[in-house]
Amino acid sequence: MAFLSYLISGLGLGSVYAIIALGYSMVYGIAKMLNFAHGDVIMVGAYVSFFAMTLAGLPFVVSALAAVVICTMLGMTIERLAYKPLRQASSLAVLITAIGVSYFLQNAAQLLWGSDTKIYPTILAGAVSLFGGQLSISYLTIVTILTCILIMVVLILFINKTKTGKAMRACSEDKGAATLMGINVNQIISITFAIGSGLAAIAAVLLCATYPSVYPTLGSMPGIRAFTAAVFGGIGSIPGAFLGGLLLGVIETMAKAYISTQLSDAIVFAVLIVVLLIKPTGLLGRKISEKV
Amino acid sequence: MKFIKALWNPKLRSRTISYLVVVAAYILLQAMMATGNLSRLFTSLLVPVTAYTVAAIGLNLNVGISGELNLGQAGFMSIGAFTAVVVSALLEGAGVGALLRLVICIAAGALMAAVMGWLISIPVLKLRGDYLAIVTLAFGQIIMSLLNNVYVGLDPKGLHFAFVTNTIQMEPGGKLLISGPMGATGVSTASTFTAGFLLILIALAVVYNLMYSRNGRAIMASRDNRIAAESVGIKVSQAKTLAFVTASCLAGAAGALYALNYSSFAATKFDFNNSILLLVYVVLGGLGNMTGTVIATALLVVLPEMLRFLQNYRMLIYAIVLIVIMLVSNNEYLRLKMQQLKTKLTRKKGAPANE
Repeated sequence: MAFLSYLISGLGLGSVYAIIALGYSMVYGIAKMLNFAHGDVIMVGAYVSFFAMTLAGLPFVVSALAAVVICTMLGMTIERLAYKPLRQASSLAVLITAIGVSYFLQNAAQLLWGSDTKIYPTILAGAVSLFGGQLSISYLTIVTILTCILIMVVLILFINKTKTGKAMRACSEDKGAATLMGINVNQIISITFAIGSGLAAIAAVLLCATYPSVYPTLGSMPGIRAFTAAVFGGIGSIPGAFLGGLLLGVIETMAKAYISTQLSDAIVFAVLIVVLLIKPTGLLGRKISEKV
Repeated sequence: MKFIKALWNPKLRSRTISYLVVVAAYILLQAMMATGNLSRLFTSLLVPVTAYTVAAIGLNLNVGISGELNLGQAGFMSIGAFTAVVVSALLEGAGVGALLRLVICIAAGALMAAVMGWLISIPVLKLRGDYLAIVTLAFGQIIMSLLNNVYVGLDPKGLHFAFVTNTIQMEPGGKLLISGPMGATGVSTASTFTAGFLLILIALAVVYNLMYSRNGRAIMASRDNRIAAESVGIKVSQAKTLAFVTASCLAGAAGALYALNYSSFAATKFDFNNSILLLVYVVLGGLGNMTGTVIATALLVVLPEMLRFLQNYRMLIYAIVLIVIMLVSNNEYLRLKMQQLKTKLTRKKGAPANE
């Protein structure tokens, strides 16, 4: 029974990772860049929803929506100002710029809101009791997992059924050919950043509801974990990010429960290495054939 | 005269410039120190700057010359650093003087990091591109989190090791060298600026000799076109391993130098952010350009301190400077203008262009 309860809380954590990883993966798939500032967008989302609730006294759902709106705008602004001028530059230059943006956001948050840890209000207390009280699942975990599944379904429908989604797939295949077919590649990249950042805001709210502390470097560790999850599942693949996130969450929780809390980090990354050695492009990643 | 001319021929010019820059900087800083023109703060930064420079030179070999993105260079620094702490304590017990102790520690740190680099390179170099980068990141994190849980004690009976929980029971007179998350404590310092300066020269010599050797050409050929390199009989994985191991070896030496500069430090000192910072130095200095790496490292380590007058805003400004540099240096229009300026200048100096 203990195993089952760890599994479920692992899935809850994994759902948050999966939502963040989706943002990483979509941006990578289309803009071919590692957006290291993604984690810090999460942090901004957390602060926005925190202040919306505590200062403005808005209900949780409204504060989450506010976070989504602001993060979406932030993501598009970052893309427009920092990444768009570098479209033709080397991927390393973009990577360094993303790191610069990450530093900028962290330090701006520290200046604006202070470096002290703020306590996020409790959103949803209580738990469902199953098997005569042997297994209890918190409502929060259920909401997190359901949100993740909902996002996943909507995203897959969006990518596969809408015109914009089709354009996104075309861009990730071949930008040049997509341009020739009349797709506005710049606009598609902008939309991708908007969706990714909006997802980051949802992840932020769920993350803070589970671990209720808000501070300027809040996003960096979940950011790295989610990035790992995206690679784990095959970066650029949406179901891959979902699967990678869930697996990573479960592995992390299990490692903490059964092996060692201090070494959970090492274990997670060791599993990643093993997976990549067996499947060099991640679990669901596309195999890239080499051409001469 | 002939010797100087030989140093200035196009083939050797870039390395001559590198050495000159480093030597000039050393002489200038020594003079400033002697005349008391260097503040305490900057004096305390000298050794860390040299250590980061050495690690960045190694990373540039990996990223610039071998073309593989490495996000775990700080992990190798920490291997060198913690090896140095243990070796230093052992040598101190044997009554070895500071200078010899430093030399042995740097050698031990470099060796240990090279061995680990070789072990890690076996799985890492099986992957390509961004996947390779993420695995180096993973190894960096693993190294940090393992070292964060290591306990090493030294007593008259010898070394004692423990992992995760401190179970070391020592005889009286023993001391704890590395205590898990607290890191290394009670290190007796031995690093000097001159030692760091010499280490930079050695690192440059190692990298340049490698670059201009048969192996170096093999490494660069593998970077430019893997398949073409393979088809002319270059063992690509061997070439890449050589670059990776050399890079981690230099990082280990740098870590040892860094470690013996402080009486205590924690494993988290060499985290992911540190690897990223080293990468920033390399990219801003120019991929494959060692002189650029040296200058960029020195400037960027010192920059946050120079911005101290901005108080709380300094890291914000630092971030903006970083973004602006990247945007400006990659601006198509400016790049074109620079190219035109360059051709104009070279034309004036040299023979008239054949039109």
